[in-house]
Amino acid sequence: MINFGYNINKSSRIDLDKDLNIAKKIVKIEPSFRTCIGCGCCTSTCSANNFTVFNLRKIQLQINRGELQSIRKEVEKCMLCGKCQMICPRGINTRNIILAIFKVID
Amino acid sequence: MIVDGKRKIWKDYQKEIPDDHYFYVRSCIRQNFFPASEVMFLKIMRDELACDIYENEYHTTCSGIGYHCDVVPMETTMTVIARQFALMTEAGYKNYAASCITSFGLYSEVIETWRHFPDLLKKIRKNLKEATGREFEIPEYLSHASDIIYKVRHDIAAKGKYRLINRFTGRPLKVVEHVGCHYSKMFPHKGIGGAEYPYVLAGMIEAWGGEVVDYPERRHCCGFGFRQYFIKANRGYSIANTHKKFESMEPFKPDMIITNCPGCPYFLDRWQYAIAEMEGKTYGEDGHGIPVFTYEEVASIVLGYNPWDMGLQVHQVAVEPLLNKIGISYNPEEKYKGFNNEDMGHPEKPVNLKTY
Amino acid sequence: MIKRVAVIGGGIAGMEAAGLLASRGYDVLLVEKEQDLGGNVAKWDRLFPSKTPASDIVNKIKLGLSPSIKVLTNRTVTRMIRNNDNFALLLSDETLEKVDAILVTTGFQVFDALRKEEYGYGIYDNVITSVDLERMFASKKVLCKNGKEPKCVAFIHCVGSRDEKVNNHYCSRVCCITAVKQAIEMKELYPTADVYCFYMDLRMFGRYYEDFYHDAQAKYSVSFVRGRLSEAGETHDNKIVLKAEDTLIGKPLKVTVDMLVLMTGMESPDTTENLSACLELEQGNDRFITPADPYIHNNCTHRRGIFVAGACTAPKNIPETLADARSAVVAIEDYLFTYTD
Repeated sequence: MINFGYNINKSSRIDLDKDLNIAKKIVKIEPSFRTCIGCGCCTSTCSANNFTVFNLRKIQLQINRGELQSIRKEVEKCMLCGKCQMICPRGINTRNIILAIFKVID
Repeated sequence: MIVDGKRKIWKDYQKEIPDDHYFYVRSCIRQNFFPASEVMFLKIMRDELACDIYENEYHTTCSGIGYHCDVVPMETTMTVIARQFALMTEAGYKNYAASCITSFGLYSEVIETWRHFPDLLKKIRKNLKEATGREFEIPEYLSHASDIIYKVRHDIAAKGKYRLINRFTGRPLKVVEHVGCHYSKMFPHKGIGGAEYPYVLAGMIEAWGGEVVDYPERRHCCGFGFRQYFIKANRGYSIANTHKKFESMEPFKPDMIITNCPGCPYFLDRWQYAIAEMEGKTYGEDGHGIPVFTYEEVASIVLGYNPWDMGLQVHQVAVEPLLNKIGISYNPEEKYKGFNNEDMGHPEKPVNLKTY
Repeated sequence: MIKRVAVIGGGIAGMEAAGLLASRGYDVLLVEKEQDLGGNVAKWDRLFPSKTPASDIVNKIKLGLSPSIKVLTNRTVTRMIRNNDNFALLLSDETLEKVDAILVTTGFQVFDALRKEEYGYGIYDNVITSVDLERMFASKKVLCKNGKEPKCVAFIHCVGSRDEKVNNHYCSRVCCITAVKQAIEMKELYPTADVYCFYMDLRMFGRYYEDFYHDAQAKYSVSFVRGRLSEAGETHDNKIVLKAEDTLIGKPLKVTVDMLVLMTGMESPDTTENLSACLELEQGNDRFITPADPYIHNNCTHRRGIFVAGACTAPKNIPETLADARSAVVAIEDYLFTYTD
């Protein structure tokens, strides 16, 4: 193979045609996983987010879109305090979601 | 695909294309990339169809490449274009034909801008007068050369010796058409068939017996993108776009690609070599690439010209598999013979991309 | 002397108003341009958010039409001549009808999806509109062109609405909830199918709409992606490839679906221009008819004796349309009571 001094850039797009089984498994464990409306209350009240880059809204969205690269490392930042669960206007069982993510990803 | 649905859309985008009497301007880069395409256009129009196509050796670049690379300001570009129009006016022509898609797009853009800003037009007239002493009229009709070949496509088919049909199977060849971005994406109504589903090349394919391939990334850029290619650090974006198109068209197993832009055939052709040598991937049959042509080359193939007289030997992707499918006779010995039978030398063979 | 009212447009608004006017003793003329009464609702299968068959509602309203009403189908109004407080209407069959008041209930037309060329409607076999899908639901046959069951379906909100490119700046309001309804119905038919809704904003304004949306997510696992479809293409095996951005993640997105459903919005009918010219009505920049004022005299027009109701003044859902029709009856009655001929 020849090195011309550049590569074919990899696409950055989300590909929903790939396997989205991780998300489907989490939905089975915790059906409220799909009911997020993207309001961001969880993130704004999150103890972890205020000091590290941790965004539960984004994590659930990334898993639902099959963007799993950094998820394992991200969810470890959660301290399971449950503040997000208190504030969520859709009543999403966020703690169970964090636990479900661990179960399914490992 | 529902062809009737496309025809309905094509009907909405009609364009007036004069029959004859054109002032013709060449592209800056096509003569290097696909050296005989412009010559073949003139030959077909003049010798086969007895049309009056006038060329003037004093015309220059339209400055489009510089304009799109952000190094030539708009007013300079406009004055350069005004000078081209002055040459047309002086020669007594009103129909302007551009060989280059980017020029065509730029001429359309400039004329449209002048229509909205008459003071700017006045200023450009003054610039040109002061710089060169010339005066100009805006062309009555602006056509891209592919518009003109589109208009005479049935005449070419009638005179043709070959059709875009696989002689082994009797089936129409599957042809990917790629229309240059600057043809109609800026002004859909200035292109035949509009911008979403342009008909300019599809009409030629149909008239010459082929079958149009509509693949998901059909509308996507060829990957040239000017700065994306010219600056080496950006070149990975350029080839990634081309790669995306090939990955998308691959399942359709196209026999050939037809284009109407200077850059597109070049990048669709040469990047197949680069992809093959970088990643080992080829898109044609048996390790070959998919042959890429300009519309003038395809018209010349249909009319039965000698493939080596129209410059097909400078293509990176070997054209022989396609010539064999159509049943065109050619002499492999003559492939690299220049004028007076002098040997032009043979190119080095790629490792992964199969050539003849 | 019995007063005579012409109702122009025989959809649910026109029928509801005609029935109520007749039962209040007026002589009613109902003009409909198509062969049958019922308008757009009659072409629908089931209604949001209760999944009630549309035919139930249309038939109930039809029951209110007394035999005394003169129903003229396949006809339009071509000219209006005003003589003080009386009107003479010339119809397309050259007949002349004299009336004391006119109610316009010409409703809406569905956006023609062919105009969004980049979405491939009419070009790709498996691109359909919400109207086509209702027809499929009604016939109990929701299949791809090749006769197979769809395994992946996408719904595109805002087709022909909130779109400068097609000169429709407004929201058609009911498409969001219709998409939720149709996505649920799709999942009821094919529980293992992946169903996506591509939305810009979800406008769940009506009673139980939000619950319906919640059900779509929680019970039916419909995926909602915030982002507008930019273009659709067709693969070699007739699937549809979609390009959009997931605007909440901030990345472009690709998905290949077996069936693409375009949620076509509401437009003022093409015939509104002629009708407005002949009745001297005003149209807004959205081409819907402008009432005298949007709050109190919302059933009156700028012309004395001419009234409006239903979706001809703006996109409305069924309860709003019917309430508007009933309030127009009150406005007409008030008007006819106060003037003497």
